[in-house]
Amino acid sequence: MSDKKKIMMLGNEAIARGAYEAGVKVSAAYPGTPSTEISENLVQYKDDLYCEWSPNEKVATEVAIGASMAGVRAMCSMKHVGVNVAADPLYTVSYIGVSGGLVMIAADDPGMYSSQNEQDTRMVARAAHVPVLEPSDSQEAKDFVKAAFDISEKYDTPVIVRTTTRLAHSQSLVSLEDRQDIPDKTYERDIAKRVMMPAMAKGRHLVVEDREKRLESDSCEMSVNRVEMRDSKIGVITSGIPYQYVREALPDASVLKLGMVNPLPRKLIEDFSKKVDKLYVIEELEPLIELQVRAWGISCIGKEIFTVQGEYSANMLRKAILNENVDVKSPADVPNRPPILCPGCPHRSVYTVLNKLKLHAAGDIGCYTLGAVAPLSVIDTTVCMGSSISTLHGMEKAKGKDYIKNWVAVIGDSTFMHTGVNSLMNMFYNQGTGTVMILDNSTTGMTGHQDHAATGKTLQGDIVPAINIYDLCKAIGIKNVTEVDAFDIDTLEKVVKESVASDELCVIITKSPCVMLGQKPVTHKCESDPEKCKKCGMCLKPGCPAITRREDGTVAIDDTLCNGCDLCKSMCKFGAIKCTDL
Amino acid sequence: METKNIMIVGVGGQGTLLTSRILGGVMLDGGFEVKMSEVHGMAQRGGSVVTFVRYGEEVSEPIVEEGCADVLIAFERLEALRYAHFLKKDGVIIVNDQRMDPMPVVMGAAKYPENIIEDLSKEYKVISVDAMAEAKKLGNTKVFNVVILGVAAKHMDFTIEQWNAVIERIVKPKFVEINKEAFEVGYRL
Repeated sequence: MSDKKKIMMLGNEAIARGAYEAGVKVSAAYPGTPSTEISENLVQYKDDLYCEWSPNEKVATEVAIGASMAGVRAMCSMKHVGVNVAADPLYTVSYIGVSGGLVMIAADDPGMYSSQNEQDTRMVARAAHVPVLEPSDSQEAKDFVKAAFDISEKYDTPVIVRTTTRLAHSQSLVSLEDRQDIPDKTYERDIAKRVMMPAMAKGRHLVVEDREKRLESDSCEMSVNRVEMRDSKIGVITSGIPYQYVREALPDASVLKLGMVNPLPRKLIEDFSKKVDKLYVIEELEPLIELQVRAWGISCIGKEIFTVQGEYSANMLRKAILNENVDVKSPADVPNRPPILCPGCPHRSVYTVLNKLKLHAAGDIGCYTLGAVAPLSVIDTTVCMGSSISTLHGMEKAKGKDYIKNWVAVIGDSTFMHTGVNSLMNMFYNQGTGTVMILDNSTTGMTGHQDHAATGKTLQGDIVPAINIYDLCKAIGIKNVTEVDAFDIDTLEKVVKESVASDELCVIITKSPCVMLGQKPVTHKCESDPEKCKKCGMCLKPGCPAITRREDGTVAIDDTLCNGCDLCKSMCKFGAIKCTDL
Repeated sequence: METKNIMIVGVGGQGTLLTSRILGGVMLDGGFEVKMSEVHGMAQRGGSVVTFVRYGEEVSEPIVEEGCADVLIAFERLEALRYAHFLKKDGVIIVNDQRMDPMPVVMGAAKYPENIIEDLSKEYKVISVDAMAEAKKLGNTKVFNVVILGVAAKHMDFTIEQWNAVIERIVKPKFVEINKEAFEVGYRL
């Protein structure tokens, strides 16, 4: 059946569709904004392919490598910082190459909508000598994934498709095609290609160098790179979503639109530069294209007028290139609205206890990172996935065990399974005495509730034995492992006090499902009685968005937001907060 | 025709995504090229969120630039004020007359601005609606977003049948009826 109809798709949906149409048989990923919806959309094709959530991006990449070695088309997807976790296999699979096509989707986050840094995956790809395709709308997202598989097999290389938040989370029209029937390749043992020890790797390094040269020269003819000649006064080299801003701001300019950004098509760029009077290179984040263009002796204008930070826009280009006075009003001076933990969130309860005990926390990546800001103000540090436990351990080794008696590490269940468990093994092995709190809300919360190895459900919806985090910690050899209901604040306070005072490694697992999962039905709402309210503000301390002050200073609880967790009720010494059954 | 720019702004969790998808669907059925840009991830946890919807004969960038929006649909008063500068001079604001205090206001570190709707009315055409009250009457507070969309729809050139067709296509089957009712309530206000 041929289905040529066009439908609206998110960039990430289109990538999933592209993988399906390309005949992908295995996909692995760890959720991370802005890449998560790729796997969430891919699972609809599970009758034709296998897809999984892996515990982290390194594992996901290795799963895809194995599938490629076995002879099928395979994909892994992750956010930009996930590429760092996957860097170890990535750099070496670049030497090994592929059997079935192998594509990594790497989603960068210019503007840091949901990330801890603004790194540019194109730089990693360049260092790893892996070709990169960069689409500029949903149609291209689908087409480029398919092109990436063809290039991967033709040149015996993994290929990265690089997206950004704006592309991943924008919708535009995509025309659908049928799934390609790609026959499995036969497996043949070839240790010179697949066992990367020095003697073999030296041989493969030569292959990589040669491959890159061929790609550079062939890319001048590839249809993903195209020249759009218009007025020759201004010429722009661009790629990805900035192409759209260029079209909007400079509709008459000539454009060399690069679909492949590594390696760069030298001849195409040289020819284009000769045809235009003034050459601009317009790329978000790092000057990857610009530096190479300059290295070839071609003069251009780039980062001296464009920023390396955040997202671009058409107005920004109009201002920088045309010196147009873009007449916009300045935004109103209004209070910020930072993201916050949801009403009924179990993390809020845990942080309320830690805040009361005036403890410092080495934090980690997830919703619970929001515990850094007022009024909870518990988290002191956040580096990367799994870092809470190891940074706390480092502090102890620097300053001694008494120094961390007012510290804990906090990490979510999904992040613990990602890389936190390694850090915990290290703390145990090297005789650390830290208190590690695993905030187990039975999901990967921030990215929109994905399952993981400790939830008992797979991406494809299969019910499987869940890894028990308590047993896992016990199996490491840790004696003091305690499970506490996240909302039982009295018990929690007692256990935390004992643990931080102890000279042994202690793990506290606070348990309560994420309120957004709807596993615990909301049975009642909380209501504040203005007659009894003494305006003391204790119930406001946990920072629940459902609770505000009225004009007279008494407290009001918004019944459309309240999830009935009763944390505010337990904070009130005057019995002013009561429950209303639903 | 010139490309039209619509923005939907609100507080993460209020349901701006569903609204923009219905809106985009209607534009698409109307034969336009449509591009939309959404916010996923961290900001969805109670932060300020913005969705862009652009439609016309040919649309390049998926975002709306400052000073270029034709219509601003705001799910909350403060968010209307935050994004008002995105509007063109003769732009229209549809604002849900609801106040949700952001954390700096709750903690007393900032003040929630007074008279937002009155002030915005001096510069823009402002249509204010208490969508939450209407949704409560319908027995489901979650559909207040579609009530607002119904109000906004009165200012666009599509029939109620066209809107209903998209709601039927996009909304989960068990919520289609309540969403159609909510839309109609807004449309008739």
